[in-house]
Amino acid sequence: MSEKKLIILGLIIFVVIVTFPLWYNRGKAAPAPERILTDKAKAAKVCVRSTDYMKAEHMQLLDLWRDSVVRQGTRIYVSPSGKEYNMSLSNRCLDCHSNKAEFCDRCHNYASVRPYCWDCHIDNPKETS
Amino acid sequence: MDSSRRRVLQLLGLSALGLSVKPVLNAFAEEAEQQAQAQIKRGENALSAQQWAMVVDTRAFESEDDFAPLIEACHKIHNVPVLENKRHEIKWIWTDHFHNAFPGKAARFLSEEVEKRPFLVLCNHCENPPCVRACPTKATFKRESDGIVLMDFHRCIGCRFCMAACPFGARSFNFRDPRPFIKETNKQFPTRMKGVVEKCNFCAERLAVGQLPACVAASDGALTFGDLYDPASEVRELIRTNFTIRRKQTLGTEPSVYYIV
Ligand code: SF4
Ligand code: SF4
Ligand code: SF4
Repeated sequence: MSEKKLIILGLIIFVVIVTFPLWYNRGKAAPAPERILTDKAKAAKVCVRSTDYMKAEHMQLLDLWRDSVVRQGTRIYVSPSGKEYNMSLSNRCLDCHSNKAEFCDRCHNYASVRPYCWDCHIDNPKETS
Repeated sequence: MDSSRRRVLQLLGLSALGLSVKPVLNAFAEEAEQQAQAQIKRGENALSAQQWAMVVDTRAFESEDDFAPLIEACHKIHNVPVLENKRHEIKWIWTDHFHNAFPGKAARFLSEEVEKRPFLVLCNHCENPPCVRACPTKATFKRESDGIVLMDFHRCIGCRFCMAACPFGARSFNFRDPRPFIKETNKQFPTRMKGVVEKCNFCAERLAVGQLPACVAASDGALTFGDLYDPASEVRELIRTNFTIRRKQTLGTEPSVYYIV
């Protein structure tokens, strides 16, 4: 009989510990970071694709650009609106989004992803060092 | 009575299924639409060839000083670091003695002039490149469109099989993070990271915008660049009218860099 009580108590403690992070953090989700645009990005109004597309798919887009530039040597991206862009992370994307710390890092930190783009690509081509 | 209740339930189930499928289908449709709209194409000024090749007129160079501007031009635009330690050295284009550059071609006694003169060496962008065969990740590949032996630095795992396979020592390995050793960074071009191999890329990024390789542009005509398979090209004209040699030709890698001696 006493063993049964012990087991149940143990189970309760186990469930409580396992679910601790869930109920402890309930309702306190960190707010999504705000997107900060440089003046240049604001002036451009649209990115190479729609904002929603870029938010969700920029990694796939960059992957496509990378393979296309490195492997096929085709470097011009014609967006659905007919505008042409040089497919280059450093020279195109980061030309407008020259505020890596505020634009890229904030969201990546929030989502806890650590892309290693900047191990090689220079984060702000226009900055004078 | 019973059967009609079952019928109602079936209908309800089916419509629930239909509702849950709709957004998925919509998403697919949107995706397809977006992809179909964007296009990728070559730059208008991009230079093209079947196989890019270089002819080096070695008679135009006498001392290291003559090569310095070429090497400088290349290493500067490509963010090649300067590491004093010879074992960590990174080089895309450099000089070597005749004996080392052309082993097997040096007679026992050589003309004093050839013996003393340095020779310019770089990746040969071989037509039959052993480095490509050795690379387990396809990080090194021969570009179908123009024969350049290129590297996808993103993919390189640093195994260095390619370095063992290249008979020309054209490849360097980043034993250290190169960034602190780059004197003046060209921000238009990426650097590399520790643990990655690198080498000359025949200036693929310049050809894409209609410019000749940096070393060729800096050579005052001593280096010529063009299509090996275009009989009317400048390189073919030079090869036709001069006696040229290639490095370690007997190995069968078919180098695309020709030397007028
Ligand atoms: S010279 Fe070496 S690195 Fe260059 S293509 Fe030939 S084998 Fe490969
Ligand atoms: S070091 Fe990099 S490029 Fe060379 S063989 Fe390994 S993965 Fe390929
Ligand atoms: S072709 Fe370009 S990458 Fe190769 S050695 Fe010349 S300047 Fe350097």
